[in-house]
Amino acid sequence: MRHHLILRVITKLLVGAIMLFAFYVQFHGDFSPGGGFQAGVIMAVAFILYGLVFSLHNVQRVFPPWLVHKLVALGVLIYAGTGVVSMFLGYTFLDYGSFVPSHPSSGQHYGILVVELGVGVTVTAVMVAIYYAFAGRPPRLSDEEW
Amino acid sequence: MLVLTAVAVVRMRSLFAIAMLSGVFSLLSALLFITLDAVDVAFTEAAVGAGISAVLVLGTLALTSRFEKPTKRSPALPLFVVMVTGAALIYGTLDMPNLGSADAPAQLHVGPDYLERSVEEIDIPNVVTSILASYRGFDTLGETAVVFTAGIGVLMLISGLSRRRRRDDEDDESEEV
Repeated sequence: MRHHLILRVITKLLVGAIMLFAFYVQFHGDFSPGGGFQAGVIMAVAFILYGLVFSLHNVQRVFPPWLVHKLVALGVLIYAGTGVVSMFLGYTFLDYGSFVPSHPSSGQHYGILVVELGVGVTVTAVMVAIYYAFAGRPPRLSDEEW
Repeated sequence: MLVLTAVAVVRMRSLFAIAMLSGVFSLLSALLFITLDAVDVAFTEAAVGAGISAVLVLGTLALTSRFEKPTKRSPALPLFVVMVTGAALIYGTLDMPNLGSADAPAQLHVGPDYLERSVEEIDIPNVVTSILASYRGFDTLGETAVVFTAGIGVLMLISGLSRRRRRDDEDDESEEV
């Protein structure tokens, strides 16, 4: 795709903005609509857009498949790990009040932040992994047929 | 608008146009969710339905063919089934409370409890997040596990990691020979 100049310039401009928006949705989820799932999808869109315009090879240099596959599992581990940590602190599974026992509601803030991060990581990685899996197979249609 | 798009999707033969129109359909239903004040859902619908799934469908198209095969069977029976289901669904909505009505079951069960306690216990302005991540933390953990499992399943089905590795091994062996 050497010839789509406008697409390439606009993509370069947009990818940063999309990622920034993803982080905003992720970490501002306590105050505004959004959360881990939406943020993860938006983050994945940034990578997929880059992959569509600049070829799969280039996006896999930025975000290699082995890292994606590790992150798929890491997100779930972060989430479940939060629950295990609260169990070790003597509370029930996923009771975020345990993180700041003197002030349970700020413990809840930390808990929600960490848990949403876990969701976001898994969703991003799964979406990107599925895209890699589809795009990584040799296509049967040539460009002209579209 | 939604109905028009749906009819267009059914009538079309070009799969590329259908993929694009399903994206349009998702975007329109995201607008519908916004008018129903479900911003979180609209967000997800716009990002997943209109964004990622359109790309994935196009990716699948690239692997298969561009046009739908014309069917030989008559559309009468499927049409009948769809009509009956639709009629049953519409009949079901007749019993539903009006939109935004204060004594709808959804507003009376655990909802008020969450709304009252969330400010004190969780202390974040977005009650949706506090319910999802804290009160319903187990559910969300389960959802994350579902996403994880789905990802693993797709990877195992279509990425062919093991096959590629085996082929590489064979290449190595043949080089050694």
